Amino acid sequence: MRFLLAKDLRILRRSPLLVSLLVIYPLLIAVLVGLALSKGPDKPRVAILNELPVTGGTITFGGTKVDPADYGRRLFASIVPVTVHSRAEAERRVRDGDVLAAIIVPADLVQRLQRTITLSGTGPKPTVEVLYNAEDPVKQQFVQSTIDARVADLNKAVSTKLTQVAAGYLNILLSGGKFSLLGSDFDILGLKRSKALVDSVLTRTPRGSPDREALQRVSAFAQLAISNLGLSDVVLGSLATPVKVDQQIVRGRRTPLDTYAVAVAVTLSLMLVCVLLASGMLALEREEHAFARLVRGLVSREALLAEKVVLAAGCAATTALLMTAGISAFVSLDWGRFPLWVAALGAGGLAFGALGVAIGALAREVRAASLLAILLALPIAFLALVPSGAVATGLYDAIRVISALFPFRPALDAADAALNDTGGLGTALAHLAALLVGWAIVARVALQRFS
Amino acid sequence: MSAAATEDGPALQARAVTRRFGDREALRGVSFAAARGETLAIIGPNGAGKTTLLSILGGVLAPTSGEVSRDPRDVGWVPQQPAVYGKLTVAENLRLFARLEKVADPDAVVARMLEQTGLADRAGDELGTLSGGNRQRVNIAAGLLADPDVLLLDEPSSSLDPRQRARLWEFVGALARAGTAVVFTTHNVAEAERFADRVLVLADGELLFTGTPAALHDAVGSQQADFEAAFVAFLRARGH
Repeated sequence: MRFLLAKDLRILRRSPLLVSLLVIYPLLIAVLVGLALSKGPDKPRVAILNELPVTGGTITFGGTKVDPADYGRRLFASIVPVTVHSRAEAERRVRDGDVLAAIIVPADLVQRLQRTITLSGTGPKPTVEVLYNAEDPVKQQFVQSTIDARVADLNKAVSTKLTQVAAGYLNILLSGGKFSLLGSDFDILGLKRSKALVDSVLTRTPRGSPDREALQRVSAFAQLAISNLGLSDVVLGSLATPVKVDQQIVRGRRTPLDTYAVAVAVTLSLMLVCVLLASGMLALEREEHAFARLVRGLVSREALLAEKVVLAAGCAATTALLMTAGISAFVSLDWGRFPLWVAALGAGGLAFGALGVAIGALAREVRAASLLAILLALPIAFLALVPSGAVATGLYDAIRVISALFPFRPALDAADAALNDTGGLGTALAHLAALLVGWAIVARVALQRFS
Repeated sequence: MSAAATEDGPALQARAVTRRFGDREALRGVSFAAARGETLAIIGPNGAGKTTLLSILGGVLAPTSGEVSRDPRDVGWVPQQPAVYGKLTVAENLRLFARLEKVADPDAVVARMLEQTGLADRAGDELGTLSGGNRQRVNIAAGLLADPDVLLLDEPSSSLDPRQRARLWEFVGALARAGTAVVFTTHNVAEAERFADRVLVLADGELLFTGTPAALHDAVGSQQADFEAAFVAFLRARGH
C-alpha cells in the first residue's frame, strides 16, 4: 500500500492545479468565514423622513429628559440612512428598490409621547410609520427586526424612566420631601411623618376621649400604607419588566455562534476535499487503465480502497487543520485541544474517504465521480444543518435518519466537540467508525463492476 | 480456477473456459494450449470474446466455469490501452510495478526493461509526454517485469504506426525465440498470418478453429486470394 500511496502523492505533486485548489480553497474559505464572523452582515439602505422640528425634540417628565434622537442614532448604526424630504419620495424610493425600507417620523411624535407619559391627553398614540420593500425576504426580515429592536429599546427606556419617576413620587408620599409642579415648590409631609404626628397627639389624648378612637384608626391606616408603599419599588419594577426570561439548556452545551460556524466551515471543507479526492483518485485508476493490472494479484481490492481512503483522509485532514489555524487568526480557539482536533478531523476524513471511494467506484469516471460527489455531498450537508423545530416532526425524523447515514452530521458533531468542548466526541467518533465500515462495504461491492 | 503447470507440459492451458455476463454467454467452453516459445493469435469478429478470454487468462476476470493452468501472477498481461500512469515518468512507472510484482531487484529489472524496449533515453520523461507507440512499449515492459513464461497482449498494435508495429513484432519475436509463450488478440488478420505460429478463431464466444494460418486458408478452399478473405469465408461458412 505504501508504494501506491507514494505514487498517488507523486501524482498529486505533479498536478499543480489540483493541489492549488486543495490548498487555496480551504484557506479562502477560512478567510471568508473569519471576515464574515468579524464584520457581520451588510447594512441595508433605509430612507428616513424626519418631520420632527429642529428643536424641542426631548421628552421631559419628573424632571428627567429622554431624547428620541439617541435611539435614532442607534438605529442608524445598523442601517445606511438615506434622508428623504417627503412621504412621496420615501414611497418612490422603496418602490424603485433604491432603499429596502423607509421610516417616517411624524412631526408630533414627541408631543404625543409627552402627552401619553404625563397622562394629560387621550389622543392617538405616538406612531412611527415603516414602509417595506419585501422583494428580498431576508433583507426585509433583517430591516424589520432591526427597527423593531430599536423601537423596543425606546419603549423600554421610556417605561423605565416612568417607573423611576413614579417610584420617586411614591417615595415622597411615603417619606415626605420637596416636590415641584408648574414652577412652584411644595413641601410634602409624607405618611411616615404624618403617622408620627398622629401618634404623638395620641399619647397626649386621654383614654376614653372620643377623639382617641378616630386618631387610632388614622394611625393604623398610616402604618398599613407605609408597609405597603415600601413594596412599591418592587411592584413598579415588575411592571417595567413584567416577564423575566430564564434560559436553560436541556440538550447539548452552549456553543458561541462564531465557533460553531468554524466547526461547520471546517467540516464542510473536510468533506469536499476528502470526497472529491477519494472518488477522483479511485476513478483515475480506471481511467488510467491501471486498475485491472493492479488487482490481478499485485494489490487486493480491499488494499486499494484502503489506500485511497487513507490518502484522502490524510490530505483533507491536513488542509482542514490548516484552515482551522487560519480561522484562529479571527476567532479565539483553544489550541490546548489540538490532539482532539486531529482525532475528530482524522476520523471524519476516514469516513468521508469511505464515502468518496464508494462514489468513485459507482461513478467509475473522474468527471462523473466529481459531479456525483458534489451533487450528493452538498444536499447532505444542508440537510444535516436543518435544526429541530424548523420543519414538521415527521420530516425532521426523516432528515435525521438520512443525516445519520452520511458522515457530515457526526463529523460536524466531532469537530464541534473537539473545537468547542461541547461533549459527545466519543459517540461521534463511534458513529464515524460505523459509517467508515458501511461505506467501505458499499465501495467494495461497487468495485465488482469497476474494471 | 487454475491448475499448476508442469515443466514438460504446455506453458499455458485453458480447459472448458466459460464466462457469463448475466444471461449472455461471452465464452462457451473454450479449450486450448500454448507451448513454450509459441506465438498464438486469437482472432474473430467484434464481440467474439477475444478480450474476455485474454482477461480470464490474465486473471483480470474470473471464469464462470473451467480452468486456466497458470496463476495470473506468473503471466505477463498487456492490456489494449496502456495501463500505466501518465503523471509518472517511464522509470517511475516501471519501478512501481516492479515493486508491486515483488521482483528481487527492482532497479536492475527496470534498467534491463528500459534497455530491452529502447526507452533508456526517455526514462525520466513523464508518460503523458510520450507518443502512443512509446507508451505502448512501456505498457509491454510493465507486463514483462516479472520475466513471465507467458505473455498476453490485447490488440498490441492497434495504436501504432507501421514503423512502430514492425519494432513491436520484432520485440515480440525475440521474446518467443527466448522461450516465452506469446498469446495476442488482433483485428488485423494479416498480422496474425505473418507473426503467429497458430491462430484461434473465436465467434460468439465459441472456439471455431485452432491451427496454423495455412490450415485455416486450406479449410475454406484455395479459391480465396489472401488470408483475410479466407478468414471471412471461414466465418461465413459457419454462419457468422
